[in-house]
Amino acid sequence: MSILSLKSVSKSFGALTVTDDASFDVPQGQALGIIGPNGAGKSTLFNLITGNIRADQGRIHFDGRDITKVSAMERCLTGIGRSFQIPQPFEKLTVYENLLVAATHGRNMSERAVRDDCIDVLERTELIGRANTPAGQLSLLERKRLELSRAMATQPKLLLLDEIAGGLTEGECQALIGTIKDVHAQGVTIIWIEHVLHALTSVVERLLVLDFGKVIGLGDPQQIMASQEVREIYLGIDV
Amino acid sequence: MAYTVTTQTPASRIATILGAITIVVLISLPFFAGRGTIQDMFFILTMLVLAQLWNLLAGYGGLVSIGQQAFVGMGAYAMFGAVILLGFDPVPSILLAGVVALMIAVPTAFFAFRLNGAYFAIGTWVIAEVVRLLVAQWKTLGGGTGTSLPREATSDMWFVAGIEKLLDVRSAAARDILAYWLALALALVTIGGIYWLLRTRRGLALAAVRDNSEAAQSVGVDAVRMKWLVFLTSAFGTGLAGGLIYMQKARISPDAAFSVTDWTAYVIFIVVIGGIGTIEGPIVGVLVFFTLQTLLADFGSWYLMTLGVLAIVIMLVAPRGLWGLLSERTGLHLFPIRRRLTGGKLKPEER
Repeated sequence: MSILSLKSVSKSFGALTVTDDASFDVPQGQALGIIGPNGAGKSTLFNLITGNIRADQGRIHFDGRDITKVSAMERCLTGIGRSFQIPQPFEKLTVYENLLVAATHGRNMSERAVRDDCIDVLERTELIGRANTPAGQLSLLERKRLELSRAMATQPKLLLLDEIAGGLTEGECQALIGTIKDVHAQGVTIIWIEHVLHALTSVVERLLVLDFGKVIGLGDPQQIMASQEVREIYLGIDV
Repeated sequence: MAYTVTTQTPASRIATILGAITIVVLISLPFFAGRGTIQDMFFILTMLVLAQLWNLLAGYGGLVSIGQQAFVGMGAYAMFGAVILLGFDPVPSILLAGVVALMIAVPTAFFAFRLNGAYFAIGTWVIAEVVRLLVAQWKTLGGGTGTSLPREATSDMWFVAGIEKLLDVRSAAARDILAYWLALALALVTIGGIYWLLRTRRGLALAAVRDNSEAAQSVGVDAVRMKWLVFLTSAFGTGLAGGLIYMQKARISPDAAFSVTDWTAYVIFIVVIGGIGTIEGPIVGVLVFFTLQTLLADFGSWYLMTLGVLAIVIMLVAPRGLWGLLSERTGLHLFPIRRRLTGGKLKPEER
């Protein structure tokens, strides 16, 4: 059963079509990777799914419900969690309070009821030692971890990760992959935009290629990466 | 080892005790202080209420309004209207002042929320001017020149006779004492209410929206609802303060009741020099403001210029205000809201 389904979704900014008739399904529990050159419309596709941007055309279904016209806030409540490409922490709140906002509002529960879950997430993402630090003082890796932790605190059914491995060292990247695999193993559906391909392919079961807003490839990561068209568009080289 | 969450600090425990003592002293003030002191304290407390509410709006909600005089003025006029036209007692009419301010706040928010930042600020000011001009057309309440509360309404106001007997004072002094006690109650409820709000999950949501509205909505925070909540709450409280201030003055005119200088510029000054985004800030600010006003009372327009220069200097050297400066240096918080996680795997230095 597919948890997310896009049917002919399009979005234009003026004359520029950034999402062009995109249709695809994501089965429950799958990890889907999205690749494509810069400006291919990957982040826009995410924003369409999370509701930060509204589609001009097409329908988006999530968990058996048409969410095309539903606000970002309500989509979170129905189980869509996201990380931002550029980390967007609540800077004056502490790391723990960042998770607390997400858990109390994203799950509509009291502070007391979500406390242990927040602590559990912080332990899994290895941020527990920074729990009382204002988020504005975190390093880049810690900010990325906070993005992931905050999305996890809402206990999403579908987790969208936007270039969460970008800018990290190899060691940091491996640690983050471990955490993402761990989340995926618990049955959370994941859609992950990433330029760090080896990180992506070590987690995802399927790969989607985007170019000029169009879905130009969808399938097994090995086959996708081997296809000539993808290599030309994505890597910009003749092979 | 289990984790615990606490907001208390050793300083806040001491502050609780000192706060309780201060409240007892303030309640019993009319028993030993003169009428001048009571009037000064009334001024301080009502300005404190306005400052706390503006701080809730701008410092926590990110809604920089310069139209709060609309709610002071509407509250005041509602109170006068209830007394003069409906024959109500002034004391319960104050509640009506809050309700009318709330009613005005709904259409105000409907229009002003379409604007952001500086446009929102100017929009609220324009709306306040419109309300002032409309009220000035209200002939039964004196039109542009204003009116006074009828003598019979002020002389047998609720509680006044009781206070006369209790403290053995004249009717005029008893009215001031009544106004003072009401102002004290309003200030305590306002500060207590804001502090309570900030410690709930709605307070967290407010901080999240202020820091990053888009991210807040992505984790399920209803940012629009938070804006409404803050705007309406502050309008209601500001309306109550307006009703109370003009109950004590017993004389009203549109220019005074809708004065942008008295009810918004001074209030912003108080919050900015005290420290925006903290409960302690407006308390510090109102004391500084009162001191300056007393010291500079004889210097005419130099007084306003001094306030302006001081505000600019504070903004440049201490953008978080006097309290911000102090709490940055000392880590002191009298009204702590930060939820600290302790115990478990946290090392002591990480707490």
